[in-house]
Amino acid sequence: MADSGADLANRTSPLSGFHGGSSTVRLEAAPPAERISLRARAEDVAALSSALGVDLPVRPKTSASGNGRSALWLGPDEWLVIAEGNGGLMQAAKNSGALHSATDVSHRNTAILVSGPGAAAAINAGCPQDLSLKAFPVGACSRTVFGKVEIVLLRTGGDAFRMEVWRSFSDYAFGLLAEGAQDAAV
Amino acid sequence: MSASSNSGTFRIKGAGRLTPARTARFTFDGKSYTALEGDTVASALLAHGVHLLGRSFKYHRPRGILSAGPEEPNALIDVSRDAARRQPNVRATVQEVFDGAKIASQNRWPSLKFDVGAVNNLFSPFFAAGFYYKTFMWPREAWVKIYEPFIRRAAGLGVAPTEEDPDHYANRYAHCDVLIAGAGVAGLTAALSAAATGASVFLVDEQPEVGGALHYDTATTIDGQNGYDWAQATAAKLKAMPNVTVLTRTTVFGYYNHGFLGLVERVTDHVAKPGKDLPRERLWQVRAKKVVLATGSIERHMVFANNDRPGIMLASAARTFLNHHGVAVGRQVGVYTAHDSAYEAAFDLKRAGVSIAAIVDCRADPGEALLAEARALGISVLSGHSVTDTGGRLRISSMTVARNGGGDARKIPVDALIVSAGWTPSVHLFSQSRGKLRFDDVNQRFLPNIYAQDCVSVGSCNGTDDLAELIDEAIAAGGGSVALAGENRFEWTGGMIGAAEGAGPDTTVKAFVDFQHDVTAKDIRLAVREGMHSIEHIKRFTTNGMASDQGKLSNMHGLAIAAEMLDRPIPQVGLTTFRAPYTPVTYGTLVGHSRGELFDPARKTPMHALETAEGAEFEDVGNWKRAWYYPKRGEDMLAAVNRECRTVREVAGVFNGSTLGKIEVVGPDAAQFLNLLYTNAWDSLKPGKSRYGIMTREDGFVYDDGVVGRLAEDRFHVTTTTGGAPRVLHHMEDYLQTEFPHLKVWLTSTTEQWAVIAVQGPKAREIIQPFVEGVDISNEVFPHMSVAECSVMGVPARLFRVSFTGELGYEINVPADYGPAVWKAIWERAEPMGACLYGTETMHVLRAEKGYIIVGQDTDGTVTPHDAGLGWAVSSKKPDFVGIRGLKRPDLVRENRKQLVGLLTKDPAVVLEEGGQIVADPNQAKPMTMLGHVTSAYWSENCGRSIALALVAGGRARIGETLHVPLKDRTIEVEVTDMVFFDKDGGRIHG
Amino acid sequence: MLLIHCPYCEEDRSELEFRWAGEAHIARPENISAISDEEFAEYFFLRNNEKGLTYERWRHIHGCGRFFNAARDTVSDRFLTTYKAGMPKQPLPETGASEKTVETYEATEGDAR
Repeated sequence: MADSGADLANRTSPLSGFHGGSSTVRLEAAPPAERISLRARAEDVAALSSALGVDLPVRPKTSASGNGRSALWLGPDEWLVIAEGNGGLMQAAKNSGALHSATDVSHRNTAILVSGPGAAAAINAGCPQDLSLKAFPVGACSRTVFGKVEIVLLRTGGDAFRMEVWRSFSDYAFGLLAEGAQDAAV
Repeated sequence: MSASSNSGTFRIKGAGRLTPARTARFTFDGKSYTALEGDTVASALLAHGVHLLGRSFKYHRPRGILSAGPEEPNALIDVSRDAARRQPNVRATVQEVFDGAKIASQNRWPSLKFDVGAVNNLFSPFFAAGFYYKTFMWPREAWVKIYEPFIRRAAGLGVAPTEEDPDHYANRYAHCDVLIAGAGVAGLTAALSAAATGASVFLVDEQPEVGGALHYDTATTIDGQNGYDWAQATAAKLKAMPNVTVLTRTTVFGYYNHGFLGLVERVTDHVAKPGKDLPRERLWQVRAKKVVLATGSIERHMVFANNDRPGIMLASAARTFLNHHGVAVGRQVGVYTAHDSAYEAAFDLKRAGVSIAAIVDCRADPGEALLAEARALGISVLSGHSVTDTGGRLRISSMTVARNGGGDARKIPVDALIVSAGWTPSVHLFSQSRGKLRFDDVNQRFLPNIYAQDCVSVGSCNGTDDLAELIDEAIAAGGGSVALAGENRFEWTGGMIGAAEGAGPDTTVKAFVDFQHDVTAKDIRLAVREGMHSIEHIKRFTTNGMASDQGKLSNMHGLAIAAEMLDRPIPQVGLTTFRAPYTPVTYGTLVGHSRGELFDPARKTPMHALETAEGAEFEDVGNWKRAWYYPKRGEDMLAAVNRECRTVREVAGVFNGSTLGKIEVVGPDAAQFLNLLYTNAWDSLKPGKSRYGIMTREDGFVYDDGVVGRLAEDRFHVTTTTGGAPRVLHHMEDYLQTEFPHLKVWLTSTTEQWAVIAVQGPKAREIIQPFVEGVDISNEVFPHMSVAECSVMGVPARLFRVSFTGELGYEINVPADYGPAVWKAIWERAEPMGACLYGTETMHVLRAEKGYIIVGQDTDGTVTPHDAGLGWAVSSKKPDFVGIRGLKRPDLVRENRKQLVGLLTKDPAVVLEEGGQIVADPNQAKPMTMLGHVTSAYWSENCGRSIALALVAGGRARIGETLHVPLKDRTIEVEVTDMVFFDKDGGRIHG
Repeated sequence: MLLIHCPYCEEDRSELEFRWAGEAHIARPENISAISDEEFAEYFFLRNNEKGLTYERWRHIHGCGRFFNAARDTVSDRFLTTYKAGMPKQPLPETGASEKTVETYEATEGDAR
């Protein structure tokens, strides 16, 4: 039970305790984050951007971040907005007054942080996208596949990625990343 | 001739590129040999004078080493490190020797030198082309008992290991601007050129080192440097460039659509003690913007009588063994050729101290330069002659030579015979890329013509024989500018395809076209005589080119023989299509990471660990692991399920419903959208209420079902079946995006956002009461089919009053990370009250007791809502919904459709079998008229008898009738009933 | 493995990210509940399944999630164009070589006899 009292439920993250990698790749579970799936039409993007404090990107495969929030373009009317800790994203979107759909998916997804010089190679063990810096620069993001599961991939640095995955697929994603990391170190 | 004593008496001092001090020990059929590092199994055995490596497929004829590369059809061996790490059918000419390798020959019993199966050779007239088709026709019973076991025993070389493969395999997706297949002169030059432009380049070669033909061709120099040395230096230079990836021991085995190529990199097969982290092989899945094919060409053998004895090999192979491995293939070597290349092999051998018996050239006028060199070296050349036969049992001992067109034959003793019928461009990858070939009449070869992809062929695979031209072509293909000058000694000419002198047409000799499948020139002629006129038919009738070497040596010869018989030009006979893979690829490589836990994702709910701790048995539902039942000590499945079923109805049960599909439908037009996607009407559903919905496809058949809760005017919480979640969302998105894009509504999968804890049974309210805040869950305020956003244990939750058991029930949705804590707290309260945990089996029984259907079990894609007894859920007022028109089709409204009904066995102890067929009269003649089938059948502890649901023609009108379910050993009598077996008035759900 | 240009992502992506979704430009009749059985069969059951140029729908299901249309040659698998859902059939680029140049088993058979 949580420290705050016997009546309150505590959290169990799907990947808590997972870590691993190889001499060239570090794998760790990202801390819990708030996430919303945000849907809106083009004319409502500005109002939502201002309400959320982060400019919703309108170009494919791009993301924007600021104020502890990241907005990932997933489709022409779809963003994944991620906030550190408990950021009140649902309320912020609501405050925009703009027509939209915001759905809390904080617990649907979990994330694996992949970093190190072999990070791209490890991910390419299961991801068919070109992860060269030219094709997938820092800040690039995409929904794609990783082996047999769907992921959202965000490049957070030259050698660093955030892999968002639905929670029940996270064991698989971590396991495949671990094998990819091993092979990337060969 | 002097020989290195331990690495083989045929090793020639000073010849080759291997280091005498670096040795490796291996065994062949139990006998120990010493090899040098860099030897293939073939070169190492030849160094010890071993030519006999195996027995042929059909006739069990002794066979040796024909080539020095991946085209090898004969020398297939079994290579092992230990019992599990053993691979059959490895080409001895490709497998590098490693210290401790255990090599075994194949397809022989009891021994390689004395093989009982060789008796097939005597009966060879019976094994001619089409033998199987003609012989094993009848009687039918003989197929099962005699023919098939015989064919299975006889078919296939090698024996697969039975142990699990202990090695692991890796996969890598990659992208590049230019992929170059083959790292001979052409490939290396193209790579230099492409790399100079800054493009990302993959240079791939199947051999351990780059160089291609430069392995044997010691006469060619590049920029004044020995060709092979230039190749190694160039590779080193390329490897140092950041934009270039050089992969050796890597085969481009497939060239697929849109620049997609499959590569297999052999990482450890040549290493004595591989590190544990190393994959055995790595599959590269490369998407290349442009492909340069520099795949070279393959020398062909001559087709003549008894051309398959050990010791007979391609001239370029003998030259490779000499110039690269430092091994002489014999001491008294004959040469039989239709092409200039064999001369250079003879010259090299002669200069290394090997005696050349004669060069037999079937051409009348070989080039003067070659003849002059032969004279200078003291080699006799018999032009206009042919080798018409060979002698020797386990190895060639003589060749019979005669002047073309007849004349006295003489026997010349030899211990090896090197042959060349010319060179076949390796157009396999080009052909796989769907390029179309043209026939080069002059040189009798197929060459790339029309390209289907962004691809270019360079060098000898493109028919470019001249070195300077080849270099220019490769530079142009790379797109950059590089200066290189190459020089070689002789321009090669000549070549032939088809059967040589003395190999027919009307003799009984065995002149082999396809060594691996034992296809002779005679077989091809027979196929044509029997009416096969397409090369595709000839190939299948004779199996020419159908072995694992895919006819790299045999296709052109077979085609030429067929064309001659048909009296048609070769292009009109056609060439069979080359298919991937170019050379065999292990299953391990193709499987890659997808084994063990990574074979398929095992989806676990947030409460999985707690369920496991409570002793749950799990069942697979799609990829999900769902708790099936919770056996207590000493309980079998039936006992556990009976206890769970009883307890839920008497007290309460706690069930994990997390896998249920969930879709959030949000937007001002949400209700209108659901009106279109479900048969029900949704406008009338008030926020705070939920309703059971049916989804049909446009054809009117039930597609999915589930409870839909309205949380707000513009927000619905839709649930789907566990297995249906992805396809339902896809189906909804399809309509939303393409048919109803004007609607302001969006869909989001929330299946995994929520952990769902169902509490069902008379004590359900009492159990959950203390955990719930923010909603009054009394029966009056929160009746059946209510939904509320509230707080459970301080966590924002969605609470449904809903039941799939017919009992008072709730489904608590909490954000998934909180699932375990809430589950644990509820169970800690429920257990002392006498409640149980229950799994999917009990859930199935309880819902069947109430006649609730499971889509996909009680329906099968041909069942309408009306058929399923759910006609009440189809709105008759809506102007449109998906399925509205389909439901009016004549067949869907006709009488006597199969309808879902209940079945009660006359003997209450008998449980029907799901899938059992139902008939009216069990004594009617077969085939009987089937009325339908059993869809669900269980023992119902609560009813004290068996129950079943079934689809029965005109079922509802038959209620009360007696029908029969005939099984193999008995017939079960059943009575048709309605679908509700328990609590028929439905009072409990409102408790 | 096909490489497919997603008109929403404006990029070529591996077939692994896509799902095929049947023939394109078959609109659901506005008055569907009033159409005849024959019209319904034509709309829902019958497809041309043409060899050669076909208009088909794909969904970038593991990418942007959008349905879109494509003109593809089913013999060569070449995509002539892809365009967003809701757009009419797009003009096709001139393609030099005919797809008939691609060798098939049937074509070989035809040559031979």
